[in-house]
Amino acid sequence: MSKCDLNIDVHHLTRVEGHGDIHVKVKNGKLVEAKWQVVETPRYFEAMVKGLSIDLAPILTARICGICSIGHALASFRAIERAMGVEVPKLAQKLRLLAKHGETLQSHILHVFFLAAPDFMNVGSVLPIVKSHPEVAALAVKLKGLANDMCDLIAGRTTHPVSIAIGGFSSVPKRESLESLRDRIKETLPEIVTTAEFFKTIPMPDFVRETEFVSLRGVNHYPWIGGDLISTDGVVKPENDYLAMTNEYVVDFTTTKFTKLSRESFAAGALARFNNNHHYLYPEAREMAEDLGLRAVNHNPFMNNVAQIVESYHVMLESIDMINELLDDDFSDVRAAFEIKAGKGVGAVEVPRGILYHSYELDDTGVVQKANCIIPTTQNNANIHHDLPELVKLEVSKGRSEEDITKLCEMLVRSYDPCISCSVH
Amino acid sequence: MKYLGLGPQKPKVGVFDFTCCEGCELQLANKETTLVDFLSLMEIVNFREISSDKGDDYEIALIEGSISRADEIERLKKIRERAKVLVAIGTCACFGGINSLKNRYPIDEVNREVYGEMPKETLEVKPVKEYVQVDLAIPGCPINKAEVERIIVDVVTKAEIKFPKYPVCVECKQHINTCLFDLGQFCLGPVTQAGCDAVCTSGKMGCLGCRGPFEAPNFEAFFDIAKEKGFSKDYIKERLSFFNAFSEVKDV
Ligand code: SF4
Ligand code: SF4
Ligand code: SF4
Ligand SMILES: [Fe+2]
Ligand code: NI
Repeated sequence: MSKCDLNIDVHHLTRVEGHGDIHVKVKNGKLVEAKWQVVETPRYFEAMVKGLSIDLAPILTARICGICSIGHALASFRAIERAMGVEVPKLAQKLRLLAKHGETLQSHILHVFFLAAPDFMNVGSVLPIVKSHPEVAALAVKLKGLANDMCDLIAGRTTHPVSIAIGGFSSVPKRESLESLRDRIKETLPEIVTTAEFFKTIPMPDFVRETEFVSLRGVNHYPWIGGDLISTDGVVKPENDYLAMTNEYVVDFTTTKFTKLSRESFAAGALARFNNNHHYLYPEAREMAEDLGLRAVNHNPFMNNVAQIVESYHVMLESIDMINELLDDDFSDVRAAFEIKAGKGVGAVEVPRGILYHSYELDDTGVVQKANCIIPTTQNNANIHHDLPELVKLEVSKGRSEEDITKLCEMLVRSYDPCISCSVH
Repeated sequence: MKYLGLGPQKPKVGVFDFTCCEGCELQLANKETTLVDFLSLMEIVNFREISSDKGDDYEIALIEGSISRADEIERLKKIRERAKVLVAIGTCACFGGINSLKNRYPIDEVNREVYGEMPKETLEVKPVKEYVQVDLAIPGCPINKAEVERIIVDVVTKAEIKFPKYPVCVECKQHINTCLFDLGQFCLGPVTQAGCDAVCTSGKMGCLGCRGPFEAPNFEAFFDIAKEKGFSKDYIKERLSFFNAFSEVKDV
């Protein structure tokens, strides 16, 4: 073991959404401190949504996040609909999932190519990659373009959707647009396969820390919207028990809250979903995972990048089948009528970065009395914080330089694809 | 409307975010078909969300988000000193945006609601112009990428920068939408500045005025009609204050 001194201080980590710092101190080869400090300015959404009417609440809470606003809107609508006992028609449920698939693809591709890939290619951003590897940039542009158009078509707008409403949809796409969307997804499948081939040539850093993984529990399908909650440590709870699944608490040194379940922290996200539900992936996506060396239960956080690629393939394949099913429908029932009632409801949705919970208490005039939102990155922040010391100890024992260790710490945080402003909402 | 007086070479641009969802800066990386052309118009020297390069030699600073903590005020002022041109992008930066809903309650109460006994540092939410001079304001929640592209081209080519002088209704009618008022819904389109291509009303969601008032809104007539259609004063007020973009309207 080398007797090195390290003083790592990454102020406002780049290529992540939001503001967070990494602090690491090693003296004489011994770890003194390694912490993940989120310094993002809080926005206080749970206080802001109080006193708002139910039609405005999801419009507000969608704005918790600029990347996964569709997921936030869906969790919010689901919580309100469950509070008032509204049954969303089957067709609308499918369309919602399709919008979510568009967002999952959009967000995963943004992360894998724009935020994570520059590390593996030793550049500062995606911009030099456009020059040095135009064929890689072209993959990103094509996949992300498809995903954005998919969200625009179904949700009316990619960032902050406009056509999802309580009970279903206020407006739905034309059949012809759905047909051409389906054909475009089919045509773009080779791009995601090439993406996987490209990432196969990039080894992920070798770091393993035994972790509890939390996600929705799939029933016959890989899960995205609603259902039971599950962990790799064997915990299973109904959706309404989300508080017992998260045990969220305030921490003094950071503006994010932390969560825990069976251990001091747990992880959510693509890797967590994969670890709990891999058997429900499309066979082609499962093969892709196998080919990329991803096997459940995988405890290497860097493999979240790979899980995102696998999920991207899965959602593209599932979207094609779902559109085919949708086209058999007559589109007559896209929105349930409802009556405003007092009640309390929870909505759990798997958004790109992991499981998201919204919960609201409504009075009988449809005004929000109390709200709670528990964000995937909030859950992951605690896990990142506990990963860091282990990673640093491992790398120090290998005698790695301060520069290398700094980069690995940054890459570790990025591999969770943190949405920091979202986590401090 | 404005000539911002920059040199003929590619302007150096920095993108900075404050209290916000980062949805506006994400728009800058969207619209893949024109992204490469758009980026070739400028040199991005600082854009933390997508790049590790942190240059301080920007001429144009794009500011996203509202201001709600002391360190943000300091950071904003430093950026203002360095930049020749400071552009507020998005409703949060221009008007305070949705974050302003926090200002309805006392700070202590808000803090207790979210953080219990461990309150975090925070201030009343304010738009960027409350602290520094803003040379150009591009509203929208989120900003409309097509509009931003057009404006950046105008800035680079030193053309006149224009915003629509008409309300959202004009764009809405171009889409041949049924008016939401005729469907029993409420909409702020008649008093809101166009430029978003009526994206909300085309999805049958009433406009909430994220772009702020257009040049000549007739509020009184609008409120009268809305009340006639059965929408109460409180109902109208709640929607008018959603993005804090109509703060000059004192009563409904
Ligand atoms: S204006 Fe809207 S989209 Fe832009 S940062 Fe603010 S909340 Fe997000
Ligand atoms: S829906 Fe709104 S924007 Fe469209 S015409 Fe009616 S009032 Fe104007
Ligand atoms: S329709 Fe209204 S709320 Fe929607 S983007 Fe346009 S101005 Fe903003
Ligand atoms: Fe929360
Ligand atoms: Ni987010």
